[in-house]
Amino acid sequence: MKLSIEVNGDRHDIDVDPETPLLWVLRDELRLTGTKYGCGVAQCGACTVHVDGRPRRACVAPVRSVVDKRVTTIEGVSGPTADAVRKAWVSIDVPQCGYCQSGQIMSAVALLTKIRRPSDEDIDHAMSGNICRCATYIRIRRAIHQAAGDAE
Amino acid sequence: MKSFSRNLWAATSLCVAIGLGCVVSCQRSRPPTSEPTWLPADRGLRSVADFAVISDDDERSRALFLEVAKVLQHDRCVNCHPAGERPLQRSGEPHQPLVVRGEDGFGAPGLGCDTCHGESSYLNMPGSPHWHLAPLEMAWEGKSARAICQQIQDPQRNGGKSPAELAQHMTHDELVAYGWAPPEQLEPAPGNQRLLGQLFQAWLDSGAVCPE
Ligand code: HEC
Ligand code: HEC
Repeated sequence: MKLSIEVNGDRHDIDVDPETPLLWVLRDELRLTGTKYGCGVAQCGACTVHVDGRPRRACVAPVRSVVDKRVTTIEGVSGPTADAVRKAWVSIDVPQCGYCQSGQIMSAVALLTKIRRPSDEDIDHAMSGNICRCATYIRIRRAIHQAAGDAE
Repeated sequence: MKSFSRNLWAATSLCVAIGLGCVVSCQRSRPPTSEPTWLPADRGLRSVADFAVISDDDERSRALFLEVAKVLQHDRCVNCHPAGERPLQRSGEPHQPLVVRGEDGFGAPGLGCDTCHGESSYLNMPGSPHWHLAPLEMAWEGKSARAICQQIQDPQRNGGKSPAELAQHMTHDELVAYGWAPPEQLEPAPGNQRLLGQLFQAWLDSGAVCPE
């Protein structure tokens, strides 16, 4: 079926089953491979994107659900908050293997958009759905605090 | 003439007596089976008609609530009416990953329920529009049928709902409807939503007596 979706500000006309997970469309149709496949069941957070600015696990979102919405992936996320997060991630050198990091960053940006100066508890509650097998959690927390300071 | 009118009178009173008797006895034992519209029993939930055999009104009312409670106490409902700060999943285990109610039941800032739960169930994900946790005063986790019965009638703890509004909620609410439309790995609640609505209404009509 022909669908039209907006990703990172660009319109894409695609021909897919509307029940296809958004993640497959992003990676296989649009070749936006920054968004990762981790578990496929909303347990790990590696596939986090933004839909109308809110975080969404792309592996459990049917592509039909984002028609008429704005999808943002790690390739397209922008603005002062995203810039501050990117800078903090680089300066603290957060990633180890890196596989989960695009999801971590998308969740961190979503949190900082809602709460400018999150507490440790705010971070725990917002980031608990993003798993890191290298356990970079301590650096992620530091980077979020640092980005919060920079974004102000 | 005289005897005719006397006979007529006698006949009329007899008819009235029979009629009255019928009205009285029909009302007392009006068997719910005579209602043609009762939905049939379905997947572990009995029909309202099945309660006709209970002649005592209070006893029938209590039995009807216990039937309603088969749904209310089912995992599909209780998991979203928990007594703590987190939802439950499967057969009452803590929700994975950790998510919290937040201020309004929609989750913490940055990890709302709609990060994962969509408008309808999809793949392994339970879903329904406006997916969020029932407020703490509506918690059913670990409660007896009697306690739930008292609680849902208490406007302080049921969101200020009248009995009619409660019946409406049972029959039409979308989060309630989810109980019969979960993802494949989860067992649906017993019966169906319309049958739940009929049982609940029959319970209200029978005097809304709570089970012991
Ligand atoms: C990071 C993803 C994620 C977030 C965020 C999330 N959930 Fe879930 N939730 C799941 C998954 C996955 C399941 C299915 C588990 C299973 O396989 O049974 C689930 C199951 C549930 C269930 C059990 C449903 C049932 O029929 O047993 C409830 C209730 C629930 N979630 C409520 C919530 C609420 C309320 C929120 C927001 C406060 C929320 N969830 C946020 C991923 C999430
Ligand atoms: C996704 C979470 C969720 C699920 C699943 C859910 N509920 Fe609820 N329920 C809520 C919320 C939120 C409210 C409060 C909102 C309102 O009053 O409209 C509520 C309120 C109620 C109420 C009215 C208030 C009271 O007295 O508790 C009833 C009745 C009810 N639910 C029945 C059910 C039944 C029956 C099921 C299972 C078939 C069910 N719910 C499943 C979230 C849920």
